[in-house]
Amino acid sequence: MPRIKVKRTSTVTDMTAMCDVASLLLTFFILTATARQPEPLTVNTPSSTYEFKVPAENNAILTIGQGKVFFEVAGNKVRERTLELMGEQYKIDFSPLEKQRFSVIGTFGVPLANLKSFIAMSGSDRMKPGVQTGIPTDSTDNQLNSWVLNARKANAEINSQQMRVSIKGDANEEYPVVKKIIDVLQKQKVNKFLLVTNAEAKKK
Amino acid sequence: MAELNTGGKKATPRVDMTPMVDLMFLLVTFFILTTTISTPQAMDIVKPDKDENLKDNKLELKASKTMTILLGKKDKVAWYMGVAGESAPTIESLDQVDKSIIDNRKKADASGVSGDFVVLVKPTTGSTFRNFVDIMDELEILKVKVRQIDDENILDNEKQAMKQQGIL
Repeated sequence: MPRIKVKRTSTVTDMTAMCDVASLLLTFFILTATARQPEPLTVNTPSSTYEFKVPAENNAILTIGQGKVFFEVAGNKVRERTLELMGEQYKIDFSPLEKQRFSVIGTFGVPLANLKSFIAMSGSDRMKPGVQTGIPTDSTDNQLNSWVLNARKANAEINSQQMRVSIKGDANEEYPVVKKIIDVLQKQKVNKFLLVTNAEAKKK
Repeated sequence: MAELNTGGKKATPRVDMTPMVDLMFLLVTFFILTTTISTPQAMDIVKPDKDENLKDNKLELKASKTMTILLGKKDKVAWYMGVAGESAPTIESLDQVDKSIIDNRKKADASGVSGDFVVLVKPTTGSTFRNFVDIMDELEILKVKVRQIDDENILDNEKQAMKQQGIL
């Protein structure tokens, strides 16, 4: 009797094509992902169901936590111009190199007197605890007011658009601290704010 | 000389790619999830202008259609309808106030008085930023269109009522 040979097909599939697709996707996501900036002041934002993204341009973010205020304005050019205007107002001369270095600093919180030495520091030194003490907001020396005002001017010059002000407050921060910052802004007739929150699923 | 190719058969150059593909997809999933979650959301807030010289800076409110919510300590709120001092404020936990808002809106709408139902939010010194965001979010969910934030004029009788309840 002739033996019937059943041809067995192998169960091994060629994974090369799948691997190619996966690495392509991976490369795409790595490249499009924006690297998260290290934050000098970590805050736990409260959550809300609002579905409005924080704008990436024409925006200044005030981070409030532990009773301190940190400042950030979006856009490298706007940052440079803001520093220039601050220098003019407080009679401090910033060199082009310092302006360039300042333009890549994200959130910061140092008094103007320490700003020059702060710009000269390396990135990791800036993040050390105790270096950034927050921006002064006392009524005698209200630097936060000047920062916001000059950032608005700089943004209007460069982007010819109104700058929005976002407040990124720690959830457990007491309301009077937040109110103090909002009062500073309201003196400049900024009555509209964006409160930065975490996304939360909608209740039924 | 030693023979290198001991087996007669040539080994296939094929490598098993399965673990590599697994790893790739794991990383892809990770990147997809982290990029969408990390974008923060923002809440639009408008506060009343402080300029007293402006005309029309004072808004007339109908007492019977106005609900005042005072934010206090320990995630508690005190709310009352109408004019301060006329009725004792109700003390509630912040996550239960939505029912009261719905009830009060129903009553106000049924009263037949013209005008919108208004919610006045007064965050006091005892409240936290989270309380404030929560109540504004609640009003957005309940679609209360007219809402005002007032952290300047917290009346004495409001303070007193809150102190009695130990939430200020």
